[in-house]
Amino acid sequence: MATKASRSAARVMMAPAVILLLGWMLVPLTMTLWFSFRKYLPLRGGDLGWAGFDNYTRFVTSSAFWPSIQATLIIVGAVLLITVCLGVVLAMLLDQPMWGQGVVRILVIAPFFVMPTVSALVWKNIFMDPTNGLFAHLWKFFGADPVSWLSQASLPSIILIVSWQWLPFATLILLTAIQSLDSEQLEAAEMDGAPHLKRFWFIILPHLARAITIVVLIQTIFLLSIFAEIFVTTGGAFGSKTLTYLIFQRVLESQNVGLGSAGGVYAIILANIVAIFLMRIVGKNLDA
Amino acid sequence: MARSVTSQRKAINTAVAWAVGLLIFFPILWTILTSFKTEAQAINDPPLFLFFDWTLENYTVVQERSNYMRFLWNSVFIAGGSTILGVMIAIPAAWSMAFVPSKRTKDILLWMLSTKMLPAVGVLYPIYLIFIQFGLLDSRLGLVIVLMLINLPIIVWMLYTYFREIPGEILEAARMDGATLREEILYVLTPMAIPGIASTLLLNFILAWNEAFWTLNLTAAKAAPLTAFIASYSSPEGLFYAKLSAASTMAIAPILVLGWFSQKQLVRGLTFGAVK
Repeated sequence: MATKASRSAARVMMAPAVILLLGWMLVPLTMTLWFSFRKYLPLRGGDLGWAGFDNYTRFVTSSAFWPSIQATLIIVGAVLLITVCLGVVLAMLLDQPMWGQGVVRILVIAPFFVMPTVSALVWKNIFMDPTNGLFAHLWKFFGADPVSWLSQASLPSIILIVSWQWLPFATLILLTAIQSLDSEQLEAAEMDGAPHLKRFWFIILPHLARAITIVVLIQTIFLLSIFAEIFVTTGGAFGSKTLTYLIFQRVLESQNVGLGSAGGVYAIILANIVAIFLMRIVGKNLDA
Repeated sequence: MARSVTSQRKAINTAVAWAVGLLIFFPILWTILTSFKTEAQAINDPPLFLFFDWTLENYTVVQERSNYMRFLWNSVFIAGGSTILGVMIAIPAAWSMAFVPSKRTKDILLWMLSTKMLPAVGVLYPIYLIFIQFGLLDSRLGLVIVLMLINLPIIVWMLYTYFREIPGEILEAARMDGATLREEILYVLTPMAIPGIASTLLLNFILAWNEAFWTLNLTAAKAAPLTAFIASYSSPEGLFYAKLSAASTMAIAPILVLGWFSQKQLVRGLTFGAVK
């Protein structure tokens, strides 16, 4: 149906978006790559010449590197586990007939719309503060000593905050997937006398598999780069320094751009590994 | 669902679901309640739930002390500007991909998506340098451009999935009647695409409003939006719970309202059409 004229028109119409994104990708990426091979200290002499793979080896051998990888993996892994498991349960719950379903749905989804700096600060002060926080009141009520959450249990605290932000996303997507499940199939299984657990395991869960995969991949990409939640709570202290935060500190706080850029290249490679899997799934869906 | 359910089971479902829903919503509810307390009541032990002297004092204090309206305006300008600019650039691209698909369309779409996966921190310094070079640091224009670019893939994708649902026969009919490309877009396509465009605007406005990496790193005093304004409360002086709550409530209220309208679009927009 497409004529030659409409094809060239289409190309012209696509051009602005493609050129902009190409520039957005290539220019900074090239600069990061370039800096990563330079000894570049803007506040202490500027660009001090070629450094080879020095920055790359120094980044991974610095004492902060492995702890940051560990913190990143713990946060991403725990948040994924919590949001997917609770998300499945919540989605199944919200799919049941009930009164006021629309309102409950809004209550559950609301945290997703709270800006990251607000949720981090509200949790940090109003809930987790060791003297005036709500948790401290609760602990004292039960006769326990209040915990200073963000210093004594920084990772669990951050995991709680981030999970609270992302649970709505997982729930909403899994709910959409559950609602597309053929209810006749479930009814048939019910009439055949299949118990709840079996129906869940053999019908609902396989049906959700694709949605769960998508939730995991998309969340991983966003979770790998969480920033504000750490910036305003611990500032990277108490073992909560993720890879993203470590690079941020190298680049902007200690102004070691060469070293930070090498870290940036590692982060880009890491994100791309996840991205490849996500793109495969999305790509398959395009053909359908 | 067609299954008949006893009202007893429905009552249990309702009770459990409401309990869970309120638990998840509780931090937001508590923040809103705290914003109407005095500072002393805000840290009262035991915590006061509903029976306290409701006051609007915190809201006036926050506005007076830190000029809240300026941050609000920055947020509106940056989120609105980046979204509108992004949609204007994305509409022709999405249109051509949906209606004049070629062999490369799929690759281009996937490649656009891949730019979204680029971790921001990996390109932080280059962007920082470019911003200094062009005098964009701490300017609203700079943030409009960056947020437009980071959301452009999502905007193109959302519009593409909406446009693809418009039947191509209608366009062919218009073409047979002698409509030019411009007329086709203006009079045939646009009216049918408006709901999709509106959803796209809505979701991306929300995403831009809440963006908290570039807005924190590329602004100082002048162009700072609400994300940065709230972050300034992380090193407070004196009692500040009620004021923090008031500031937070004002920052999230507009988006909570918009968010309620965008539940469906959220799924489509953030899964790139993979879950509908």
